[in-house]
Amino acid sequence: MKLFRIKGGVHPDGNKGRTAHAAIEDLPLPALLHIPLQQHIGSPAAPVVRRGDQVLKGQLLAHSQGMISAPVHAPTSGRIVGVGNYPAHHPSGLSVHTITLQPDGADNWGEGEPPRTDPFTLAPEEIATRVAAAGIVGMGGATFPSAVKLNLRTRYSLDTLVINGAECEPYLTCDDRLMREQGVAVIDGIRIMAYALGVGRIVIGIENNKPEAQAAMRAAAKEFPEIEVAGLPARYPMGSEKHLVQTLTGVETPARGLTADIGVVVHNVATAYAVHDALRYGRPLLSRVVTVSGGAVRLPKNLRVLIGTPVEDLISYCGGLSESPARLISGGPMMGQPLPGTRVPVIKGSNGVLALTEREAANEESMPCIRCASCVKACPCGLVPLEMANYIRSGDLEGAVGYGLMDCISCGSCAFVCPSNIRLVQFFNYAKGELTARQRAEHQQNETRRLAEARTIRLERQEQAKREAMARRKKAQAEAKKAKEQAEKARDAAQQSVRTGS
Amino acid sequence: MMTQAPVSGPHAHGAISLRRTMLLVMLALLPATLFGVYIYGWPALNLLVVTIASCLIVEAACLSIAGKPVGIYLMDGSAILTGWLLAMTLPPWAPWWIGVVGAVIAIGLGKQVFGGIGQNLFNPAMVARVALLIAFPLEMTTFVAPKPLFTDSAPDFMQGLAITFGHGLQVDAVSSATTLGYVKTELGRNTPLDAALAQVFDFFNGFSGFMAGSLGETSAVLVLLGGLFLLYRRIISWHIPVAMIGSIMLLAGLFHTLSPEHYAGPLMHLLSGATLLGAFFIATDLVTSPVTARGQIVFGAGCGILVYIIRTWANYPEGVAFAVMLMNALTPLIDHYVRPRVYGRDRRGQPLVYETAAKDQVAKEPISGQRATEASK
Amino acid sequence: MFAALMSLMALGLALGVLLGVAARVFKVEGNPLEAEIEAMLPGSQCGQCGFPGCAPAASAVANGKAPVTLCPPGGRTLAQSLANKLGVTVDLSGVEDQAPTYAHIREGLCIGCTKCFKRCPTDAIMGAHEQIHVVFRDACTGCEKCFEVCPTECIEMRPVEATAQTWYWSKPMEASS
Repeated sequence: MKLFRIKGGVHPDGNKGRTAHAAIEDLPLPALLHIPLQQHIGSPAAPVVRRGDQVLKGQLLAHSQGMISAPVHAPTSGRIVGVGNYPAHHPSGLSVHTITLQPDGADNWGEGEPPRTDPFTLAPEEIATRVAAAGIVGMGGATFPSAVKLNLRTRYSLDTLVINGAECEPYLTCDDRLMREQGVAVIDGIRIMAYALGVGRIVIGIENNKPEAQAAMRAAAKEFPEIEVAGLPARYPMGSEKHLVQTLTGVETPARGLTADIGVVVHNVATAYAVHDALRYGRPLLSRVVTVSGGAVRLPKNLRVLIGTPVEDLISYCGGLSESPARLISGGPMMGQPLPGTRVPVIKGSNGVLALTEREAANEESMPCIRCASCVKACPCGLVPLEMANYIRSGDLEGAVGYGLMDCISCGSCAFVCPSNIRLVQFFNYAKGELTARQRAEHQQNETRRLAEARTIRLERQEQAKREAMARRKKAQAEAKKAKEQAEKARDAAQQSVRTGS
Repeated sequence: MMTQAPVSGPHAHGAISLRRTMLLVMLALLPATLFGVYIYGWPALNLLVVTIASCLIVEAACLSIAGKPVGIYLMDGSAILTGWLLAMTLPPWAPWWIGVVGAVIAIGLGKQVFGGIGQNLFNPAMVARVALLIAFPLEMTTFVAPKPLFTDSAPDFMQGLAITFGHGLQVDAVSSATTLGYVKTELGRNTPLDAALAQVFDFFNGFSGFMAGSLGETSAVLVLLGGLFLLYRRIISWHIPVAMIGSIMLLAGLFHTLSPEHYAGPLMHLLSGATLLGAFFIATDLVTSPVTARGQIVFGAGCGILVYIIRTWANYPEGVAFAVMLMNALTPLIDHYVRPRVYGRDRRGQPLVYETAAKDQVAKEPISGQRATEASK
Repeated sequence: MFAALMSLMALGLALGVLLGVAARVFKVEGNPLEAEIEAMLPGSQCGQCGFPGCAPAASAVANGKAPVTLCPPGGRTLAQSLANKLGVTVDLSGVEDQAPTYAHIREGLCIGCTKCFKRCPTDAIMGAHEQIHVVFRDACTGCEKCFEVCPTECIEMRPVEATAQTWYWSKPMEASS
């Protein structure tokens, strides 16, 4: 099929050879599972279990709250040993609300699995409801609740479902292996999603460095003519939703808009697999495939892991660390976040755990900017990273916004090519965070002002009420006094008349 | 838990670094430099060494005055490159103090005073050359005919030292005019152009470089090779060289066609003077040229037009240094107005709008391709 | 020479008259800057700046009698915005971004004296005479007015914790800057 060019982008070393040929292995049950209540974009889930409860595999642990949220289920049967704070899968090192579950080893579903239904006999809205109930979120790392995306058909006119099998980040091979080993299941999930969305055209985008995955998906989709498998050039960031859609259709998503604005919805292959599990077998999202790789890992592998498994269990299953890693990263090296330690659990969006050596991590001192404009050439969004960084460095965040800061997808292409090793992405993430914090502070100030004014009004009203009460009392007193005087006068007059009367 | 602040991504990097960039440019300059040393002999080498050494010393002094770490900045190669480029544009038999004063102006005034590497507004080598040209016109316009090393007419090592460090050039004895200089004087004397050119310009000499000129600018073929090497390694992009050379040749061709006796043709303009050196090495200086492709084309075209104007109608025979400095002054303006188009937005910065089927319309069946799409640029 | 003298004098007079007329016609009443600055201040009338409320503080800042760094709850953001408004430069190094705090009443020690309740500028404390008081965290600005008057010292100021949702990357340190 015809492909279109995207501008910018970079060619990092793939480094996928270490795990591309490693079949997915199931990680054995860990000793403890820590399941955070927020593993998705939106409001955190609210727990429905308490410490001491016994739960079965797949049982609801926390239900979703609000329009954009997702529930959380027990990955295996066991006992709840705690509902509290635990270190988050987040670079800050802060803690989040987490349910800790101690597996009993039985891996018990309960009264057997629910009866299998043919999803294509259900109404499309019912499919979205079941996907929501299964707690499925975007498994490519974005973790946006998938049911909300499936319901976009009610507000946008859609015609294409694009499946993101690009996996453009170096080292990661989890989607690659999933497509190769579970091609039929993935295609089934894709068709269910297309049915839910009401679209007639499906395109699966897979980078050309994964020929076996392309072949596997083509074979599985042979009998479905509406599904096309497109071979994408291996270029980072091909997996970025907007750039993927542009490559396949030639149409640019409008700024601050969704791909649905141009009739396209994008889902990840692992999400499709989870939808298949949920709709065919009634199983909620309990596990995912994670690539464990990097120069410091002894035996890199692709593992199927229960949600909530501590990262240290994955690493020790892979032979442990051969040296102290320079970086411990969740995800890929380009957009991945550093992890504060190995105690943190795997969450729904973790597609990779990388332990990088000093040499792989590229940790040089930054030098001054020489305005070489390599970053301008590399930026896939048409921004001018060096100017934005200049503005942010001197504290003018509004100026940076003027150069397009809010359109930056933080892909890291600019920092990848910078000869001076300037931490461009950190500048942009700092600026975005600072602007959000200022907005929050401003909102807070407005609230404070409103409350202070409300208080002033309340006090004034009290004063007013007091004055009125005082005035009324005075008036009443005056009247009473007058009445008393009149009464006395009358009495005097009466006495007088009695004395002088006959 | 966390004992130190988290390190931000990306955690991978391409193979390029600051020092590597500078080294590649020096590599590209090497053939033309070696040729220059060959045809002009030991004095040229002395001047090159003195200029580069002075640049390093001045840079070290400025850095320590500014309180910056001297070692890191000295080793990034930018001072050496500035000195090298400056020496390439100096008359090869110029006395040593030209090199030293040039270094002080280039590094001190042209770079460090603005804030160091990456902060300068004007190309440092050109600042120095222009200042030297205006302050010491005699020394800066005294050129020699080629005297290849190891031939009889060339000065030996001791004589070379005497020329550079001693009493300087004996003007009457050995000086020779450059092509452009000679042509300008002759045109001023109303000699027809072809007669004048016949005396000094020969295609082979122009192309290979066996003629009078600055240290490194004479050999068109070697400079061109160096420039193409830089393009290949993606240190520079094609926009500035093509725009600059293109505009010079266009204007030259135009005027030459209109009046061949008064205006030199495009080939002469291309092969003489510092056209190629300027187009590939001087105008493309990363710090002082625009950051966008379209901006670079505007910049290159401006340089070319100015070079032609200065060469043809102004008092100086060579205009590359002035042209580049004038366009450097315009670079911030170009960068302000010429910006790339942001993804998802139109030229004016507004989000793209498509004529799609109306939103808020429940789709009863898949709507296929019924939309007018705006072609992506 | 006489002509030159006369013409310059006439020019000077004419321009002077023009300036005088402009000064009358384009005169601006009051100082609109004050109102704009007051709108930028938090408005909680907490008094930490030393002025009895945000309006007098705004007036002082507008007239240059108080520095733009006067408002602790506003922090660096506010100081910078005020500096931008007035067109001055400000040295932010001395301004600490006070870690935002909120008041918390330890209910075991509260005697229901209502002193704190009456002082709170945003009505963030709920309570009545001889009833235990409680602070609404969202409405508390950390101005510490309640903290100062509580007779049993049952109020403590707690730092507002950063959460994983509010955390963001810090500005990169560059060795070369």
